[in-house]
Amino acid sequence: MPTLEVRDLYVSVDGKEILKGLNFTVNKGEVHALMGPNGSGKSTLAYTIMGHPKYKVESGDILFEGKSILEMKPDERAKLGLFLAFQYPVEVPGVTLFNFLWKAIQSNNLDSTSPRVSKLPRSIVDYKKELIDRIKNLNMSEIFIYRPIGVGFSGGEKKRMEILQMAMLKPTIAFLDEPDSGLDIDSLKTVADVVNSIRSQDLGMVVITHYQRILNYIKPDFVHIMLDGKIVKSGGPDIVEKLEQEGYAWIREIAAESAD
Amino acid sequence: MQATKRKIDIDYTKYDFRDEVKYVYQSKRGLSREVVEEISYWKNEPEWMRQFRLHSLEVFLKKPMPTWGADLSEINFDEYIYYIKPTDRQGKSWDEVPEKIRQTFERLGIPEAERKFLAGVGAQYESEVVYHSLREDLMKKGVIFVDMDTAVREYPDLVKKYFGTVIPPEDNKFAALNSAVWSGGSFVYVPKGVKVDFPLQAYFRINAESVGQFERTLIIAEEGASVHYIEGCTAPVYREDSLHSAVVEIIALPGSHVRYTTVQNWSKNVYNLVTKRAVAYEDAFVEWVDGNLGSKVTMKYPAVYLLGKGAKAEILSIAYAGAGQHQDTGAKVIHVAPYTTSNIVSKSISKDGGRTSYRGLVKVQKGAVGVKSTVRCDALMLDEFSRSDTYPYMEIDEELVSIGHEATVGKISEDQLFYLMSRGLSESEALTLVVLGFIEPFAKELPLDYAIELNKLIKLEMEGAIG
Ligand SMILES: Nc1ncnc2c1ncn2[C@@H]1O[C@H](COP(=O)(O)OP(=O)(O)O)[C@@H](O)[C@H]1O
Ligand SMILES: [Mg+2]
Repeated sequence: MPTLEVRDLYVSVDGKEILKGLNFTVNKGEVHALMGPNGSGKSTLAYTIMGHPKYKVESGDILFEGKSILEMKPDERAKLGLFLAFQYPVEVPGVTLFNFLWKAIQSNNLDSTSPRVSKLPRSIVDYKKELIDRIKNLNMSEIFIYRPIGVGFSGGEKKRMEILQMAMLKPTIAFLDEPDSGLDIDSLKTVADVVNSIRSQDLGMVVITHYQRILNYIKPDFVHIMLDGKIVKSGGPDIVEKLEQEGYAWIREIAAESAD
Repeated sequence: MQATKRKIDIDYTKYDFRDEVKYVYQSKRGLSREVVEEISYWKNEPEWMRQFRLHSLEVFLKKPMPTWGADLSEINFDEYIYYIKPTDRQGKSWDEVPEKIRQTFERLGIPEAERKFLAGVGAQYESEVVYHSLREDLMKKGVIFVDMDTAVREYPDLVKKYFGTVIPPEDNKFAALNSAVWSGGSFVYVPKGVKVDFPLQAYFRINAESVGQFERTLIIAEEGASVHYIEGCTAPVYREDSLHSAVVEIIALPGSHVRYTTVQNWSKNVYNLVTKRAVAYEDAFVEWVDGNLGSKVTMKYPAVYLLGKGAKAEILSIAYAGAGQHQDTGAKVIHVAPYTTSNIVSKSISKDGGRTSYRGLVKVQKGAVGVKSTVRCDALMLDEFSRSDTYPYMEIDEELVSIGHEATVGKISEDQLFYLMSRGLSESEALTLVVLGFIEPFAKELPLDYAIELNKLIKLEMEGAIG
């Protein structure tokens, strides 16, 4: 049984249809790259899987370990082990990462019966120690954990805080929505190192990206190309090179052919 | 996360209890010259104060009800009891306070706070202060912290010099009312250069129904002195409305620092109509930290008159209005002298049809060059039934000044809630965090125990209360 399966998914936002029959499967231990031009619906897929209330599932299904999660609220999905590193992380004035993430970990500890919970810190002392270790690995000062989330952070700092949260929450399936955008090359390498260090048989990852650059550092097992609300091409890492050489025009041709 | 009606009531159960207390004396309902004379008689006051009261009553009767703010049309001045004397004497230790009343304050945690971190405590029950204390070393340094009635008798020169000078009875109808029937409240005097290291606190409790509480507070900080005064207030819930109408005057002499912190959590049947004003002389610094969670209607606009060069004002406030509540609050700063600065931060939250209004005035008089002022007010509405308005007035009669103003009014952000929930927080936990984050600039200015209490109040009802 696949860990996460998306079946013939149609999604609309404010009455506008965005995902148009999308199929997609990801298992623990796999790394997928999801590529596609701006506006093709990559973020929409990630938000929908996480349960954003604005994104309405018109038909199709999303299954986690064989069970539909469509009726679940975002927090319930998080407790199953789903995680989203946001393309545009949100600012929450007056709320520090330190307080908020501890609360989140406690909630996860309480409600879940999954084995991943055993890897979460139990005491606030362990939590703090792990958090500080991990933020240092991301080349950030620990003072960031005591600042209000996102407020006054640079784009790159926000992105790294997303990776930090992923590392702390130890999800089963994680979507990383453009973790590379806004990062200079050094930060990109730092982020990639951290992501690679948490790669494991217990974690399935979907790296959403517009460019192939990050895929030089995080090597995917599978690559999918999205266009206009659908996955139009799936395959191995070789697709990335072809895409690099021929651009999205090549994909558009394939899509047009298969539509005939 | 559908359009659920979000509940974040303030938990009231802790404060909602009544005591059966036998009073020494209580005036009959309604306001008259006779009632005013009686109050003065019971207090055994000097003649000048009796005259002040009678004059104030005249002013009160002549002044029309203010119509520019909250709806006060249901107030019926004939229905209140204006004076209740709960006990014969004031305790200097809690053992001397009548048992029922002592238990009230114990339930409210006052003696405990006193032991932990306060330099002095006053506790008022209905119209009179029933307990008063001040740390001995401060007494020796000449600090005075007594109830206002005692001050009139024991420090007539100081009282006469300042009483009613910052807020005369003519100022507004409710200041006139207070001036006529005032009872209790605090008198604080800090001598030159003395710094009171721990806060002084007064706690005001209304217990009876339909009662009016009219305490009067006067704080004088001599040159270079500093003091932090905290005021707390609660009452049980009754069907009939009660009226709380206080006057607070602060005189901050050159180089002094006065901080006045209030968190009012009156029950939702109390009209809370309070006039608070400070004058700040050269290089003095006055701070109002003002939290409004309870009451049916509050009208309160803490003010600072910056009279001396380099004086500073900070006014930080939060208002929370739930069903049936209207918090009409704000701030007022008058820059009279040059190089004075002011900073106003106001945060308000409304839900379940509650209403908050921010009403503010920044005035810079001609000649007050080099003035700096910033105003920031943010309103958060938790549902579509609630309302929030801002009325920021600016009167700037001098050109060489720097004035900043920022205001935001918004619904609670769906994206913020989603973000927090996507990490595993329930909707109510996420909502609690967003709201606590919103008021954090206020909470962090409170002494730790008060900040914890404030957070608890808001948390309690939010968690698990979403349908
Ligand atoms: N919250 C939203 N409201 C309105 N339109 C949206 C929203 N989110 C996405 N869209 C639209 O859906 C389409 C796909 O967007 P998105 O999923 O962000 O694409 P990608 O992440 O691939 O760039 C775009 O046309 C975008 O304008
Ligand atoms: Mg996107």
